[in-house]
Amino acid sequence: MLLTVVVLLPVVVAAVLMMLPRLSQRAVAWSWVAAAAVDLALVIWMWIGFDPGRGTSGVVDGLAYDTKVRWIPTVDAAYHVGVDGLSLPLIALTSLLFLAVAIWSQREQDRPRRFAAVFLFLQTTCLGTFAALDLILFFVFFDLSIVGMYFVIAGWGHGNNRRSALKFFLYTFVGSLALLLGFIGLFLGGEERTFDMVRLAARPPLDDSPLLCGLVLLAIGIGLAVKTPLFPFHTWLPDAHTDAPAAGSAILAGVLLKLGTYGFVRIAMPMLPAAWQRWAMVAVVVGVVSVLWGAFVALAQRDAKRMIAYTSVNHMGYVILGLGVAGLVGADPEARTIATVGALVQMVSHGLLTGALFLLTGVLWSRGGTYDFSRWGGLARPAPLFAAALAVAVFGSLGLPGFSSFIAEFQVFTGTIQAAPVAGVIAVTGILVTAGLFLLAVQRLLTGPPLLAVPDAGPVTDDDGSTGSEFGVTADTAPRRAPAAAHAGHGAMDHGAMDHGAMDHGAMDHGAMDHGAMDHGAMDHGAPDDADAQTTTPTTTTPPPPSFPDLRMHEIASIVPLLVLSVVIGLAPVFLLDVIAPAAAAVVELVSR
Amino acid sequence: MSPASGPATLAALVLVPAVVGVVLLVTGRRADRLAGPLAVATALATLTLAAGVAVWRPQAQAPFLPGVTGGELALAVDGLSAVLVVTVAAVAAAVVVFATADLPRTDARARFFGYLLLFTAAMLATVTATTIPALLLSWEIMGATSYALIGFQWATPGKAAAGTTAFLTTRLGDLGLYIAAGASFAGTGSLELSGLATADGGWRDVAAAGVLVAALGKSAQLPFSAWLSAAMQGPSAVSALLHSATMVAAGGYLLLRVQPLLEATGWAATTAAWAGALTALVLGLVAAAQVDLKQLLAASTGAQIGFVVLGAGVGSVAGGTAQWVAHAAVKAALFVVAGVWLTALGTKKLTGLRGAARRNRGIGAAATVAALALAGVPPLSLWVTKDWAMAGTGSTALRLVALSAAALSAVYAGRVLAVVLAPLPTDEARAAGRVPPVTTTVAWTLTLAAAGLAVLGLPAVAGRFAGVVAGGAQEAPGLGELAASGVIAVVVLAVVLVRPQLLAPLRRTPLLSWAGLPLLLTPRPWLAVARAADAVDARVIDRGVDGAAASVVRLARAVRRTDETVIDGAVDAVATATARSADVLWRIDGAVVDAAVHRLARSLRRLGGVMRRPQTGQLHQYYAQTLSGLGLLLALLLLVR
Repeated sequence: MLLTVVVLLPVVVAAVLMMLPRLSQRAVAWSWVAAAAVDLALVIWMWIGFDPGRGTSGVVDGLAYDTKVRWIPTVDAAYHVGVDGLSLPLIALTSLLFLAVAIWSQREQDRPRRFAAVFLFLQTTCLGTFAALDLILFFVFFDLSIVGMYFVIAGWGHGNNRRSALKFFLYTFVGSLALLLGFIGLFLGGEERTFDMVRLAARPPLDDSPLLCGLVLLAIGIGLAVKTPLFPFHTWLPDAHTDAPAAGSAILAGVLLKLGTYGFVRIAMPMLPAAWQRWAMVAVVVGVVSVLWGAFVALAQRDAKRMIAYTSVNHMGYVILGLGVAGLVGADPEARTIATVGALVQMVSHGLLTGALFLLTGVLWSRGGTYDFSRWGGLARPAPLFAAALAVAVFGSLGLPGFSSFIAEFQVFTGTIQAAPVAGVIAVTGILVTAGLFLLAVQRLLTGPPLLAVPDAGPVTDDDGSTGSEFGVTADTAPRRAPAAAHAGHGAMDHGAMDHGAMDHGAMDHGAMDHGAMDHGAMDHGAPDDADAQTTTPTTTTPPPPSFPDLRMHEIASIVPLLVLSVVIGLAPVFLLDVIAPAAAAVVELVSR
Repeated sequence: MSPASGPATLAALVLVPAVVGVVLLVTGRRADRLAGPLAVATALATLTLAAGVAVWRPQAQAPFLPGVTGGELALAVDGLSAVLVVTVAAVAAAVVVFATADLPRTDARARFFGYLLLFTAAMLATVTATTIPALLLSWEIMGATSYALIGFQWATPGKAAAGTTAFLTTRLGDLGLYIAAGASFAGTGSLELSGLATADGGWRDVAAAGVLVAALGKSAQLPFSAWLSAAMQGPSAVSALLHSATMVAAGGYLLLRVQPLLEATGWAATTAAWAGALTALVLGLVAAAQVDLKQLLAASTGAQIGFVVLGAGVGSVAGGTAQWVAHAAVKAALFVVAGVWLTALGTKKLTGLRGAARRNRGIGAAATVAALALAGVPPLSLWVTKDWAMAGTGSTALRLVALSAAALSAVYAGRVLAVVLAPLPTDEARAAGRVPPVTTTVAWTLTLAAAGLAVLGLPAVAGRFAGVVAGGAQEAPGLGELAASGVIAVVVLAVVLVRPQLLAPLRRTPLLSWAGLPLLLTPRPWLAVARAADAVDARVIDRGVDGAAASVVRLARAVRRTDETVIDGAVDAVATATARSADVLWRIDGAVVDAAVHRLARSLRRLGGVMRRPQTGQLHQYYAQTLSGLGLLLALLLLVR
């Protein structure tokens, strides 16, 4: 019952908000924060009351806050929810991130009531997906989360947001159809003909038919790989992130991506153990490729948000690598368990750190309307708090010991090197590339002479990109120039760096790179969504003098707790590992059947 | 305090500087004025704690990764750690004191001292860690804080980039430690450092390779040396700490620590020995060619640590440790002096430092003694310790390389002395060098340590020292060897001092730009890979998705066309045909059926007309008709019968 309250509370508040059209912006903002805070408090209460067990516990036993209500008895689908060591950390992460986003959005002026309602709705869908113990219920929540995020991007995004939203929606929706196909396969293949996840995991269907089993895993695997996203299904991610509002990006990266990886541990691995064992090496390879691909492509980005989006591909690669290792039954079970624990910690860690990073890029957007590296520099001087928070988030994200990401990646590596040495050694190099790209980003944004972007007051660009490729960027490829003087200053800094023979990021800057086709800067400053009905700045007004106000109170209050929690997990991870480890051991045991 | 509080003391040794450092960082500029005194107090407290743990040799641990044996954060102090802990704490305290005087008042002092203390704490944890997670944690935090310290003046172009280079290069080495951790777990089932040497078969080699790469990266040995050059961008105090008892020295320590592992594999020990000796040689040449004092000292750091690495490779753990400690004192003293000159004279170019030692006699004398020690002149410390470190060298080639490298240290130290001891240009005022007394004190403390540590070479002391750090007697250099190396050092030094122009040609060689080593660290190939991957991502994978979506749209159009032409056409055709056939039927209806009905009616009507004719109304005609009918019937009856 408590779990049901946790899951449904946000959507109930959303409904109430929608029914009260006269509510002031402040009242909306505070009731949103209050709802999210109460939800988080309830989750903490659940955490305190949760007994993680010892040894192996989770997935098929040791489920807490279990509730089951008949729903569609003809196919044995039920409203069945519960938590174990796999879902509880993610439920906690979800509640925390949604609270952070609620605080972040305190000053949202654009249709605040709907904004809050959409996010509250989204919160219920995410919590519901993690809590669901029935495939149909899981699928319903999973799909509704896509719908919710579509509205966030299309309604409150910027740049090419409507096309990015459509791309996100169609891509992930097609993925979820593959998932549904797989679920139906599980239903038909089981002896019991049920959609109940606990029973399906306890008696895996299709055990005697490697072909069918493999096909069902393929369908589920593709569905989840799109959502996660894994190479090569990742290209919806940078577009969606770049054009989403900061709050939406934080949720998209922090929570929605985890729905995919969570599906692997909760559904694919325990319910199709034979197929997972057989195809574990594929997961390992996809993981390693995602790690390196995400890192290298991120290194080449010229847009801060796109860069962070690609590092998500890298980080999710570690997760699937760890989960793939769990299926390598020839290896030591202890090593496989460690890799699985690492993968599960990585989900939480990535949510905290990348959530914080996306909120920080939102600061860039709110101050200057661009994420383009070439238009920012020396921000540490006007905004020391922003610089400090960004530096901390960046070092966390590159896996520095002392942060949660180290706990995750170290365990993934340690387990992988025993089970799949070559994959392990290759994957380790990923942390060097991420270190490089993050430090480069810090160097460009924070150091050197100050360069402040001004919110663009130029003529409105047409953001209807339907004339170009279907989902690609528009044909408008000319990068918009920063104010000439400021740009020259930045160039000088680049050359300075090169003269010192150090990290020459000058080579990656303007012009040197054939990037025209991908330049989002050209359209970042497009017309406000016409649905927003905001007034556009007349082209004649002179731009305001550049300024970069440091982090405001609500920005600090939303970002800093995420970073602090990452450090707490990084230095004293036992409270989290005690919850995760028994469930990870259970997954490994179930996969080994 | 009693030994029972040992674990707490050990924890405090790391936590006190770490926590104070973090507090300073979090407080930020508000704490700038307080930062210096607080840092000095903390550093002195840390030194006291270090002395305590050196005596009590405690162990301490905290849970970290409960699922793994050896996954906890465990620290312990053995003989080797005891010596290093005290050295690190002492040098750190000296540098902190120096920094309070040297760092401009207007700088972000809280940030500086915060990172400096955190950096020290990380080094202290590094030299006491007994598990790989503890080592890796402190090892990488040390790297990250070095990034922050080198890039301290981030607003100046190139400083942050130098920090990035340092961090990335050392992290490249750190990957080896991650791999070694995996190999340790696979080969021993635990993450304890002491177990590495006992790992099974191939895993032991993997672990050794990983540790070796990590140590070479951190210690700027070949081929990773060039990051040291970039690291000179940091403030003088940072260089003084980073190049003496921390960071660069950490790699040397790690190899001394895992010497049993290196020895167990065989090849790793040989590799380490050669890497150390060749680094000492190559960086010695590089140092001899430099025109910038800090760059010269940086190269000499790599070269001198090379002897520590050589010592670890050939099994001279005691000698390597002695070299480590003595070098820390010498190099800290020299960097403090270089910092003083940089602040006073505004230059670190050797040409600008002519006669620098004569401006302020106190500092000048300290600099002279420290440089003589660096040169390996008897009876100063590095003379003994360098020979001790290479005492176990078996191969002649290796010994020759090491001896040449030792002679080179007299060359580069001589270059410094030749410049700074040169007579002052007469037109300049001699009083130009006012130095804060506290700085002079620090310089002299370090210099006296640099000179005095030569006692480690006395047989009685050496034996005990070896017992402490290596657990037993170790091969010591013979008197003949010591005498020979002392003579070589003095002769070489004399030649350089008398004819310094002999070295001028070196400056026209690639040695000036670090023998091309920076090229090895260029990010260009990686950026090229990144760009290529990005292009593929955008032009192949994303295009593929777009193409798939586009083909769906195209398919939809085709379906629409089909719909319009075929299906809808068929419906139309059916409708038309139905109408037409209805028309036909209607016509058939009119022309055939209806006409037939009409015709029938007409015939019937006509028949009716015919039938009406006999109805005349006259009775006789009816009778006649009846009679004729009856007659017909009768005739018919007769005929039929």
